[in-house]
Amino acid sequence: MEKTSNSSVFLLTVNGQIEGANFPDYDNLYCKYCYVYGHDWAPTTGLEEGITQITSKSSQSHKLIWNFPLETTFKSTNPSGWPQLVVSVYGPDVFGNDVVRGYGATHIPFTPGQHIRTIPMFVPEPTWRLQKFTGWLLGRRPEYTDPKVVAHGEGREVTRVRSQGFVTVSFHIMTKDMKRMGYDTGPTNSSTVQFATSSQSRDAQ
Amino acid sequence: MAASSDIREKLRMKRRALQDTLVKNKNEDDIQALVPSAKFNVDNQPTAMKEAEGSDEDPGESLRRTLRAQREKRKTKLLEQPFVQDEDVGEVSPTQYNSPNEGPSSRVDDSVVSTRPPTGSQRGVSVKSEQPSSSLHLDTFVTRHLQEKLRAARSKGESLQQQETSKDSSEPVSRLQRLKDRDTITRFDREADPVSSGRHDDPLTLRSRVKFQEQARRVEKDFPTTEEAYNFFTFNYEPDQPSKPESKSKMRQKQRDGVEEDDRDENGQEEAEVEEEDEAEEDNQDQNEFQSEEAPLVRNEDNLFVIDHLPQDFVEVRKAEYVGFKKRVQRDCELLFTPSFRAVPTSVKLPENTMPRFLEDEGLYVGQRPAVSLTNKNISENRILKMAEGSKWFGDDGKILALPDPIKESSTRPPLFHMDEELDPALQTVYRKAMKSQYANLYIAGATDPEGDYQLDVDVSGLIFSHHPLFSREHVLASRLAQLYDQYLSRQQNNLTGHLTEKLNGLRKALRNMMRIHGEQGSSEALQHRISEYSLEVRNTRQLRDLEQEKDRTLLRSIIKVWKEIKSLREFQKYTNTPFKLFLRRENVDRALDEWEYEGEILKEVLELEAESEEQYQKKLAEYNKQLEDWKLWRKKQKAKQKKKKKKSQTQDDTEEEQEEEEEQDQTESEDQFEEDPVKPEVPERPDIDSLERWVREKASRIRRKPGEAILVPELCTSGGVTASDLCPRAEVARREDVSRRSLFIKILYNYKEVSRTDSCSLSTDFRVHFGQIFNLKVLNCPQSINLQVFEEIGSSYSLLAQVFVPVPDPSVVTGRAPIEEIEFSSNQHVMFDHEGVGSDVPLSFESDGSNKLTLLTSGKLSCCVSWGIGEEGVPLAPPLSQHPGGTHRGLGHLDAVSYIGASGLYDMKKIGEWAVQSRLDPNDPKNTSIMHLLKVASSGEVTAPDYFRLEHLQEEFNFVSDEEMESSKRFRLLRLRNQEAPEFRNYKFVPLLEREVSDKVFQDYEKRLKDGETIDTRQHLNPHRAVVAKYLQQIRESVINRFILTKHHYQLSDLVIEEEIPSIGILGINLFKLAESKRPLKPQRIERKKVTAQNLSDGDIKLLINVIRAHNIPIRKPQSSKPGQSSQSAVQGSDWYLSQVQVRPFVEVSFQRTVLQTTTADGPNPSWNEELQLPFNAPNGDYSTGSLQSVKDEVFINIFDEVLYETGPDDKSRATSIHTQIEKHWLGSVKIPFSTIYSQSKIDGAFKVNTPAVLLGYSREHGNTSVYDQWRSTQGGTFVRLFITVEPQLVPGESVREKIKEAEFNSQEDERLLQASEKFEKHAAGGYPDRPCITTVIDLSGKTIFITRYIRPLNPPQEFLDAFPNNPQEATSLVARYVSLIPSLPDQVSFSATCDLLSTCDQFLTLLAGDEQEHAVLLCNYFLFLGKKAWLIIGTAIPEGPTAYVLTHEQSGYFIWNPSSGQFYEKGDTFCPLQTVGCLVNSDNVWFNIQENPSPLHTNFDITKVKMWKPFFSRSFSHPGLSSVQVNVKPYLYTSIFSFSLECPCIPKMF
Repeated sequence: MEKTSNSSVFLLTVNGQIEGANFPDYDNLYCKYCYVYGHDWAPTTGLEEGITQITSKSSQSHKLIWNFPLETTFKSTNPSGWPQLVVSVYGPDVFGNDVVRGYGATHIPFTPGQHIRTIPMFVPEPTWRLQKFTGWLLGRRPEYTDPKVVAHGEGREVTRVRSQGFVTVSFHIMTKDMKRMGYDTGPTNSSTVQFATSSQSRDAQ
Repeated sequence: MAASSDIREKLRMKRRALQDTLVKNKNEDDIQALVPSAKFNVDNQPTAMKEAEGSDEDPGESLRRTLRAQREKRKTKLLEQPFVQDEDVGEVSPTQYNSPNEGPSSRVDDSVVSTRPPTGSQRGVSVKSEQPSSSLHLDTFVTRHLQEKLRAARSKGESLQQQETSKDSSEPVSRLQRLKDRDTITRFDREADPVSSGRHDDPLTLRSRVKFQEQARRVEKDFPTTEEAYNFFTFNYEPDQPSKPESKSKMRQKQRDGVEEDDRDENGQEEAEVEEEDEAEEDNQDQNEFQSEEAPLVRNEDNLFVIDHLPQDFVEVRKAEYVGFKKRVQRDCELLFTPSFRAVPTSVKLPENTMPRFLEDEGLYVGQRPAVSLTNKNISENRILKMAEGSKWFGDDGKILALPDPIKESSTRPPLFHMDEELDPALQTVYRKAMKSQYANLYIAGATDPEGDYQLDVDVSGLIFSHHPLFSREHVLASRLAQLYDQYLSRQQNNLTGHLTEKLNGLRKALRNMMRIHGEQGSSEALQHRISEYSLEVRNTRQLRDLEQEKDRTLLRSIIKVWKEIKSLREFQKYTNTPFKLFLRRENVDRALDEWEYEGEILKEVLELEAESEEQYQKKLAEYNKQLEDWKLWRKKQKAKQKKKKKKSQTQDDTEEEQEEEEEQDQTESEDQFEEDPVKPEVPERPDIDSLERWVREKASRIRRKPGEAILVPELCTSGGVTASDLCPRAEVARREDVSRRSLFIKILYNYKEVSRTDSCSLSTDFRVHFGQIFNLKVLNCPQSINLQVFEEIGSSYSLLAQVFVPVPDPSVVTGRAPIEEIEFSSNQHVMFDHEGVGSDVPLSFESDGSNKLTLLTSGKLSCCVSWGIGEEGVPLAPPLSQHPGGTHRGLGHLDAVSYIGASGLYDMKKIGEWAVQSRLDPNDPKNTSIMHLLKVASSGEVTAPDYFRLEHLQEEFNFVSDEEMESSKRFRLLRLRNQEAPEFRNYKFVPLLEREVSDKVFQDYEKRLKDGETIDTRQHLNPHRAVVAKYLQQIRESVINRFILTKHHYQLSDLVIEEEIPSIGILGINLFKLAESKRPLKPQRIERKKVTAQNLSDGDIKLLINVIRAHNIPIRKPQSSKPGQSSQSAVQGSDWYLSQVQVRPFVEVSFQRTVLQTTTADGPNPSWNEELQLPFNAPNGDYSTGSLQSVKDEVFINIFDEVLYETGPDDKSRATSIHTQIEKHWLGSVKIPFSTIYSQSKIDGAFKVNTPAVLLGYSREHGNTSVYDQWRSTQGGTFVRLFITVEPQLVPGESVREKIKEAEFNSQEDERLLQASEKFEKHAAGGYPDRPCITTVIDLSGKTIFITRYIRPLNPPQEFLDAFPNNPQEATSLVARYVSLIPSLPDQVSFSATCDLLSTCDQFLTLLAGDEQEHAVLLCNYFLFLGKKAWLIIGTAIPEGPTAYVLTHEQSGYFIWNPSSGQFYEKGDTFCPLQTVGCLVNSDNVWFNIQENPSPLHTNFDITKVKMWKPFFSRSFSHPGLSSVQVNVKPYLYTSIFSFSLECPCIPKMF
């Protein structure tokens, strides 16, 4: 695809971090993330997949904090297949087996600026009760064959899931050439974006 | 002090000594020391040097070196002071030469500075200033470390400074002078261009120089040199830098560890630190200047102080042990900072050379600092010092800057004793209304006015029960009485009777007047009409009045009746419960007048009635006459008819007529006459005046009081006493107590939320509750419902009695103007008491016999009032009308997409119009504007309702672009094709963003393919037929792929979720059994490996494992009788040699994907290698997806060679000394195994027949005929090699699409019942014997599911075969088998790039000229059947094909198994039969599944009649439905000549 080098693309820069999660019942969790995007997208820089450290709750706060930075730039020729962030959370169960604690996905926000997304997480349910028990006992709970499944709608009707908790992700989005290519993602132009992000970050401090 | 100074002196001495030795040693092994010293630092770092930035290697090396040096130094103890000084200086200078970074100029610079005498007081400043740059390329750690030491020392050492300097003066002076001398020498020695190298070129070095200079100055009182002066004025001194408290504290800690053993005086230590400081300064300097080599040298001095602390510090003990831990700690050090909680010495916190200044001591007021615990203070100080510019947070006194504690001990708020007069106006409380949150707007529909706050006043005044469960009987009656009385009062108030009477009189008068006028002036039409109208009105009014009078009368009667009942009840029960008393006041009337009025009234009424009846009569009479006329006319006609018939009876008729007329007059009944009715009308009855009067009088007596009778006026009062409880019976007392226990309150619910509740008021004995409370509700939400819930409280528990929904008031209803309304409520709760209370929902009778029961429900009236509040200026605090929920309709109208687009014509306009008229929509109501507008438009005819129905009336609006644009745009076309998953674009990446960037080339392939669809290129193929076939195959492939793609979108749970299967009881049992198994079993079994999904694989991950176990029956070498090229030696040895030597030395060579590996060489015709060969596997294009792996066409070639060694010697001369051996590989045979087979079966284990050439020159199969077994085997005539082949790691084979295709319900022409049965059969088979393939249905080329027996049908082979050996059917059979085996084999996986098993019919198979084993088998089976054999299709597994199909025939001699692909046949008992498992047998009638214990053909009994061994598909319960065959009847062979030729010529198959 050497011809893409001179063809026009627009860029989407995703900065941000997987801030943390709220899993009331679980502790010592870590998180994996990956991006799912369409045919017309390609990451140019940054990590496409990652895995956070294991974090545990403090006695005061029930939030799990990862603060795991995300920094990826995508280029694309087509907004269809807009990248999605897929996060999956794992952690030990009572027997110390590493089991999945949740899957979730969210689209990367398409307006420039700061965004905070709280991703509800879910896990697939065992098909029947006995399996649930044995899965619990043996630490082999049902998992998706591929975490990226949660970014697609196809075939999901065959699964049953249970909601688990929430993962909070903050995004700082920058786009380049989107408007020039005719994709207007919002009223903000670059200068106001600059202002908005800076003011928000001040607020955050 | 003296003691301390002594100790200091000692310390100093020691230091010197150490320095001395160090320097000496260092000079000796100059650079050698560099390497080992590195370790020291690494060791030290975790403990002492937490904050080394980790950027430099140098500190490690240097420390290492120092350690080494110190160790050596400790061995040699030299204590010569002057020498030390000398060496000390020397130590500095040589290091300068080693600087890698700086040129000679800087070195010169350095020397210049070092010789410079000290100047001002910038010492501390300069020390700190070098820090920011340190991170760049200086050893930060050492610098800071030393700096901190310096500061620490200074804090206490400041006081001793003078003294010290005086003491030290002699030594430093001399030293520095010497240094100066030395420097000048080096300078002139080395300096190439001292002038051009300005010292300002490198500010970094400059700063360090400055530092050094200050150091020197501090010790020595000299005058500044010119350079120094210049430097002083030009140099830009930077402000203080924060130092690192933490490392300092660490250092201190470490020091203490060593020092504390000695229990030294603190002062002494401090002095030592001061000493240290001097050295540290130099250290710093050197360190900064010269990164690499000399820094460690200098740090030696630093560590000198540690030397006498603990020997362990210098022993290289820790180096090797904790590498992993250290690394981790080191990494931690880089990332983590743990502030120490030790006190920070003041010197660190203060700028250099400053004494802590205590403002308090100077008499200034300093506020009390906030109380902070010492630990916390230390921690924060350490933390601050760590920060950049941290020292600015410290005040002059060395403490953290802090404001005075803002918290006062006591409350600063003055007690408000004098509330009224002396309150500070600033402290006055100001009332502010509660702020409404921003979100409130969301709730009020369309609220534009954020200031609008609305108040709803709910006035709950009281409650009266009309019935209560606790009512006694008397109460029931009393309440009834009260109700009746209320009714009476209201009637009296309205006085309808009087009103109507007046009206009646007026009307009568008017009527009389009119009659009079009428009588006088004659009747005009209008007057007549009016009179009749009036009389009608009079009649109506009179009737109304009569009704009302009657009601009055009955009401009065019932009041009296109830009162009587009460009285009797009271008498009966001997107590009174209610205070009611009814008085009947008699108003005597003038009897005469009354009677006269009464009579007059009756008279008038009678007159009127008479007139009315007269009028009625007249009307009826007129009607009658008219009818009579008609009748007569009709009668005449009849008579005329009769006359014609019989004229004689005319007279008789006349008499009859007269009679009839008489009858008419006599008739007393008036009846309706029908005109058509031939019945003669009857004369209406004349009204009976007397009866009228009688009726009037009767009525009057009923509804009116009798003339002269006194008027009874009931008066109900509550003056009666209630019997005291003491006098009452027990039941009544219990009731009363119950009443007194009860209390009531009312909850006010606004929009279904409780907003308030009244106080709880106890229920009074008369069952009235007075609340009298007004609630002001601030309203933010639209009022939807206001609900008052009446609760009854008994003790602490309360229950909901009733709910009263109060209508939301109009905005015009405001407080003050709204009347209190009584809203009735009732409850259907069932209550029953054992005391006098009557209960609720309980039948109750007042009659003695219990009849006439009535059931009373709790009910009552709640008097309340809901209104909008009034604001300060009298503005009603009511929301505007549009904010009511109804108002939202208008807004919706604008947003309604349907009406917006103009689809409103869908509605039936007429009906809407009708409805609007009927419901009397207010056209001015803004709510109705949209409807009114619609109606107007509709009625004006601008919009005509369409008489069609649009399915997607919004489609056009949502079209992205027009269809033409869609078609013409290349980009859209590309996107669409990709979406349709056209093969060329299925995985097309980066569809260009702009239209112009889509190149035309993109579509070339696609269009070419589309174009090629019609044309067939014959050039690439042997003949046109093959071209057609290739095309056809291509089409099938595409259709299969399309179907595959389609089915790929049908997901099953297992596609998405990995889930452990539930261990069944059996498996659990096996697992338990396994526990008892021996750890190393004698016959180990292969453990199932974990399967790896293909997605996360890359090149090199996959290996092909080939275990060459052994071979059988390898051809052996023929005795080389005449080989001239061979050495004579072998000939000499003769046959003895051959007998003793091996007959053959075979080895196996495996080649796969350009990798060739071979086993070792074994001996003999039946060698055993048992060697594992690993061959790497690379997927095409690195694509390890399942689909890609399936289409790998590579094959594994296993060749067997004979290794022949020849001894060759160039000549005999050298033979004595050397042997030359020539190795030759003689190819014996090969086995070819496609990778797709390995992949799909994941492992292949078995004996393969080696393809050997028909003639192997120099080799023979004839063995020594040594045993029967060999003999038997030789007849088999085959060489076999036993292999185990697998892929490591085990790949997940592509899942069969067949299941999915079935799932996807592809059309099938089979009976549904049959399909179900076959599914069940296969499922059962798979459940019971998972390793035995069972096929009952197959998919044909068009994708339809077909039962397999349809494929089996006798089919004629080419006639030539039959003709060839007319007498030998055995020959014909083998001919046919050969014929079938010559048809090329093409596995479905390869042809359709998916594991989609398609079975073509024999006809198609022969047309396509290619097919897999199943098709071969079917064809062969059909031919055999034609030849009259008993033949079956065997579905089983074989080597190496895996699941495949063979053919079984039954002859006289037994069962034979035919391999259709090779044309070979095996006896049932043949151990080398490639067929391993017999799954099921198929013929045209039935399918039998093998349920025998051992599925191998050797042990299988092929007698299908035995039900215990073969499970038939069609049985008695499910008989064969008579499936017709899909095969053709007779196959005409067009190419028979070619095929017959191909029989003879084995090279034909290669053409395919």
